[in-house]
Amino acid sequence: MENLNLVLPEIFISLSIMFLLVLGVFKKDSSKITFILSLFTILITAIITINETFSVSRETLFNESVVIDSLSSLMKIITLVGGFLVLVISSSYLKTFKIYNIEYPILILSSILGMMVMISSNDLIVFYMGLELQSLALYVLATYNRDQLKSSEAGLKYFVLSALSSGLLLYGCSLVYGFSGSTNFDIISNQLNSNEYFLTFGIVFILVGLAFKISAVPFHMWAPDVYEGSPTTVTLFFTMVPKIAALTVFIRFLYVPFLNLIDQWQMIIVFLSIASMIFGAVAAIGQTNIKRLIAYSSISHIGYTLAGLATASNEGIQSSIIYISIYVVMNLALFCCLLMLRRKDQYYEDISDLSGLSKNHPILSLCLLVILFSLAGIPPLAGFFAKFYVFIAVLEQSMYFLAIVGLLSTVVAAFYYLRIIKIIYFDKEKDKYDTDHSLWLKFSLTVSTILILLYFIFPSQLIEVVSRINII
Amino acid sequence: MNFPILSSLILLPIVGALFLFFTKDKEGNNLTAKYVALFTTVVNFLISIYLWISFDQSTSSFQFVEDRVWIEGFINYKVGVDGISILFIILSTFITPICIISVNNSVKNRLRDFLIAILIMESFMIGVFCALDLVVFYLFFEAGLIPMFLIIGIWGGARRVYSAFKFFLYTLLGSVLMLVAIISIYWITGTTDVVQLYEIGIDVKYQNLLWLAFFSSFAVKTPMWPVHTWLPDAHVEAPTAGSVLLAAILLKMAGYGFIRFSLGLFPIASEVFTPLIYTLSVIAIIFTSLIALMQEDMKKLIAYSSVAHMGFVTLGIFTLQQQGIEGSIIQMISHGLVSAALFLTVGVVYDRMHSRLISTYGGLVSVIPKYSILFMLFALASLGLPGTSGFIGEFLILMGAFKDNFLVAVIASIGVILGAAYMLWLYKRVVFGKLINEDLKKILDLNRSEYFILSCLAAPILFFGFYPDPLINTIEVSVTDLINMHNSNIASK
Repeated sequence: MENLNLVLPEIFISLSIMFLLVLGVFKKDSSKITFILSLFTILITAIITINETFSVSRETLFNESVVIDSLSSLMKIITLVGGFLVLVISSSYLKTFKIYNIEYPILILSSILGMMVMISSNDLIVFYMGLELQSLALYVLATYNRDQLKSSEAGLKYFVLSALSSGLLLYGCSLVYGFSGSTNFDIISNQLNSNEYFLTFGIVFILVGLAFKISAVPFHMWAPDVYEGSPTTVTLFFTMVPKIAALTVFIRFLYVPFLNLIDQWQMIIVFLSIASMIFGAVAAIGQTNIKRLIAYSSISHIGYTLAGLATASNEGIQSSIIYISIYVVMNLALFCCLLMLRRKDQYYEDISDLSGLSKNHPILSLCLLVILFSLAGIPPLAGFFAKFYVFIAVLEQSMYFLAIVGLLSTVVAAFYYLRIIKIIYFDKEKDKYDTDHSLWLKFSLTVSTILILLYFIFPSQLIEVVSRINII
Repeated sequence: MNFPILSSLILLPIVGALFLFFTKDKEGNNLTAKYVALFTTVVNFLISIYLWISFDQSTSSFQFVEDRVWIEGFINYKVGVDGISILFIILSTFITPICIISVNNSVKNRLRDFLIAILIMESFMIGVFCALDLVVFYLFFEAGLIPMFLIIGIWGGARRVYSAFKFFLYTLLGSVLMLVAIISIYWITGTTDVVQLYEIGIDVKYQNLLWLAFFSSFAVKTPMWPVHTWLPDAHVEAPTAGSVLLAAILLKMAGYGFIRFSLGLFPIASEVFTPLIYTLSVIAIIFTSLIALMQEDMKKLIAYSSVAHMGFVTLGIFTLQQQGIEGSIIQMISHGLVSAALFLTVGVVYDRMHSRLISTYGGLVSVIPKYSILFMLFALASLGLPGTSGFIGEFLILMGAFKDNFLVAVIASIGVILGAAYMLWLYKRVVFGKLINEDLKKILDLNRSEYFILSCLAAPILFFGFYPDPLINTIEVSVTDLINMHNSNIASK
């Protein structure tokens, strides 16, 4: 008999989704209660995950198609925390646009479920199932503000391109299955060797599909449009949570089934990484919309995360995970600030709307200052340490070119972050924004900013948690 | 475990800044904020004086060392001082209160935020000079960019945005390569602890590249020709207090870095690249002196003179002679005092006339004599007149240079003459001559606080000019040891 306790989080979250759906059908005006119950669902799922799986070093279930190890449990917790925070700060934004409906939390829950399946997958089919579950929920979320043209456009673009990438992924999976004779990651790992010429095609297709999901250059085209068009809270979700899941899958694919083929994929990852870092930094310079800018900046941040993965070492994987965790916090803080730019039920998202913010809103500006310098990677803020760990891992493998290109592109990136700071601090002020924000929004912003600011005092804790992850 | 005196030096300004952050910002002259900031920095200065008194001059090993685990099994938070760094710490704690007194007229809006930035800057500067771990050093070195960027950008002059960006991006670009080098050193030797690295030594085959990476950062910060162009812009646009901090202390970080890291960690490479440094230093001395001669803006002139003086400093460091290095350190301290004083004197007339152009002035001696006397003292100290601290530094540097390379020393000596030329000409045009500008007749002489801070700067300039022994005694053992270590490293290879 399988130890079902290990998948209890997934079971619990699926049952909750069904219950909430039924509740929504039979109870009128149930959006508020659905929101609250969804929050509790995520909270309880996180608690179960910590209790049941956190101490497990490695177990497999269902004919080894699901794996529970320290990587999966940590990433699940980050996913859940991310989802929780998105949900918590969404409500006032949704109310403004009169889209405060039961579907929103349920869609978020189901995409989280999909991601959890992805994160734990140890089998091509299970992986693909999780991927599609989360993607379908995300398509709907992108169009969630359906009365707005841009939102619908974003959803459609996302759907078409994501479906294409899923197709590529599936094709890659079938090729890999053809050569190895199995869909199980461990078996594939033993069966594959680098002599198979056509196998490279399979790997490339899978990597391309995954690169689409994390929007690494040159498969990033969808990101700026989708980020700009989607409702801001959904954009926040997009920039954080699916990337965590996709990154985990990336790690799994590279280091379990394709471990013996490092020579084949290392160059690809290095290329993706360098291209994303440079392109993300350069393309962001000309942006005027904050959400588009965040899209490009997230592309360049993904580049740094991939740099850690390219090292083919445990330290590299750990540094990537640290990077993405710190990035999630910085991103959350940035979006909290964005959601505070509201005046009479209208949200502002142009960079010029930040002009002279420091005169009227000194605290908000100070938070933005900290966040932006951290995103630029200036010490002693958390963003610096994220990059620092990655480059430590990269230089351990003597990949000097990658490190130097990466660090030089931080200088380019610093330029556009500085530009925003300049607009906030050096330019003429505009009208005041509303200050009656929800408590959760203020709370999230304060906590995340303090985390960014004071991370340098206790840097060891995060490393300690992450150092349990030993894939290779 | 003794009282962590260095950490308290670093932390105290931050505590003061935090305290200020929670006070209410008032429009106009916010006296409470000023007193809080002044109190904090003066206490810090007294602590640093206590540090100097209890400092043991007979040993070259690091003192007041604190060593705490910071990132498990990787980086330790390690700080300590030796004879070289202690002087820079005192310079930092001395200049900062002077900056704070001087903000009276130059900073009109958001005084509280300005003081917070200055206080945070102070703690980072002290951190740079205490750090005994490469990563800790890098952290403080880079973190200083944030407050300085804001100081130039928010409170600066007309072209402040351009200057702030130029300052930030130039220095960041220089520093990232140093980060690569620091991490590489960690993987080559297994530690980033400077004291251990002195003992272990770094393999010769890596030294040249690592030296260049550190050089790229320090050269921008020093600044050396041809990457000096950010300095005049930053100086001109920064408010007076910002210029003072920049000239007096920020530039010294690089000189200190050259001595502590380039010489200490990469002896062989330092020997290899000495011709490069000589060439760049000599070009800087002659070329920027000539540029300074042609300036019409007083602040710009002083900024270029700083580049020239830092050229002397780099020259002295890489003579690898006892006199040269001691001279460089004294020159840095002296330049810290003198350039701070010169920027403040320019600030005094700028606050009254709102012009930095030399042509606005002329004949000041007949309306504001006190000012003219102090200005003369600082101008003479800047050109290195015997009896001022500027002389000691330049003299020792040239002595070291003559020992090592005659030609370089001769060319550098010409730089001294040029230095006298631009400084005296500046003084002549501003202070002497006929009083043509009608507005100047109503100009007021130094007020009490200005008089006070300028005298505070004049006193050590004269004192160390006549009696440099306290400085030399403090650095002597450390420098001797550094040279011995260097020579034994060269001999063993």
